[in-house]
Amino acid sequence: MTWKARVDPTTCIASGICAAIAPEFFTLDGLHATVKAEDVEPDELLLDTADSCPTGAISVLDHGVEIGPRP
Amino acid sequence: MTTAHTEPLAYPFNEDEGLAMNQAYAAAREADGMIRVRMPFGEPAWLATRYADARLVLGEARFSRALATEHDEPRLSPEQRDTGILSMDPPDHTRLRTLVTKAFTVRRIEELRPRVRDLAGRLIDDLIALEPPVDLVENFALPLPVGVICELLGVPVEDRPRFRVWSDAALSTNSLTPEESMANREELRNYIRGLINAHRVTPANDLMTALIEAHDLRDRLSELELVDLCMAILVAGHETTASQIPNFVYALLERPERWAQLREDPALIPAAVEELLRFVPLGAAASFPRYAREDIKVGGVLVRAGEPVLVAVGAANLDALQFDTPEELRFDRKNNQHLGFGHGVHHCLGAPLARVELQEALRVLLAKLPNLSLAGDIVWKTAMIVRGPRTMPVRW
Repeated sequence: MTWKARVDPTTCIASGICAAIAPEFFTLDGLHATVKAEDVEPDELLLDTADSCPTGAISVLDHGVEIGPRP
Repeated sequence: MTTAHTEPLAYPFNEDEGLAMNQAYAAAREADGMIRVRMPFGEPAWLATRYADARLVLGEARFSRALATEHDEPRLSPEQRDTGILSMDPPDHTRLRTLVTKAFTVRRIEELRPRVRDLAGRLIDDLIALEPPVDLVENFALPLPVGVICELLGVPVEDRPRFRVWSDAALSTNSLTPEESMANREELRNYIRGLINAHRVTPANDLMTALIEAHDLRDRLSELELVDLCMAILVAGHETTASQIPNFVYALLERPERWAQLREDPALIPAAVEELLRFVPLGAAASFPRYAREDIKVGGVLVRAGEPVLVAVGAANLDALQFDTPEELRFDRKNNQHLGFGHGVHHCLGAPLARVELQEALRVLLAKLPNLSLAGDIVWKTAMIVRGPRTMPVRW
């Protein structure tokens, strides 16, 4: 029962928001943010973080269905 | 190696008038560790001036804005102000921010671009009808972002003369006594409360209505948070862009070859805006210090738990370790990850909107006023958090 989290490197602008809100899931070491692990336990913080990304570069998937960012 | 026990330097370094960076910043960037500074009010602080240090402090969950409310925060004005969402940490900050992020995503803001372009074009058409010299601030740089944020938030644009006064006072650093400052804040709050009540009676397709629903229907924010968030969006939503438009024009006119380059190749405008965001130090001083939650090493210094760090983004944006030839304004930089909008959880909420406004402002100026030039002395704002012309006479 896991979700998948992804960062699209082509739209990420390295604002640093995700790595600061959810350092347990995201890091920003280089030119763009990355997920620490693609498979993640369900956690609302992931949806909040996807909602907070200014470019919508973060997506959260549940069995292949995009559940974050929320509409 | 450590500079911990020397007397703090008086801060801020920069003059209000103009956009110059005091050379004390370059010295601080090259010094070992970090230097200590003392602002007119509050306790001394560390000053981060290097790019890597700035990004670390702004992006680290171990640094807090909320802790500032429990300390004698380093500041420019006598009273310690509650800066609303900018005084919050996650998860409170996340709760409020996610409510407004949707209105400011790149996708939503791109939909506004044609209307921003339209408004910019109409303002310049009106300006051209006047006899030069004409003030570029009053006739273009200010009404453009004000018009856009009013529409987005749901504030009548005719009220601009009223909230202009409050907004000015909210960003001023010394022109008001603490009592006057409080009174000003309450007046602005009451104005916003009136608008919220009107929106409750007649909902509209705007951000204020969306935030009211988040409060009334979903209990996601308190009434005071609702009022203060609308207030913050209105103030932050125009003063910064209204300052950067003439700042950018000033920087370009000082380098006529750059103005000409953009005029000949408007496709460079987005890159030019990013470069100008890096190059033009908007802030009069580093402000909004971050407090260490625990001992943490920054730039070779051990910052102790409970100590504040001020982050000079303008200095970090000129760090040669991050940017080649940082003192040059050039439109061919790759990966220009400037800190003009800050970094981390408080990264400017309005960044996508500011980008569109700045790009469209330059586009219309270059197209319609290709021979733009200064026609007199700029009067600079003084004692404000942001720097920029108060009036800028131009001809074309």
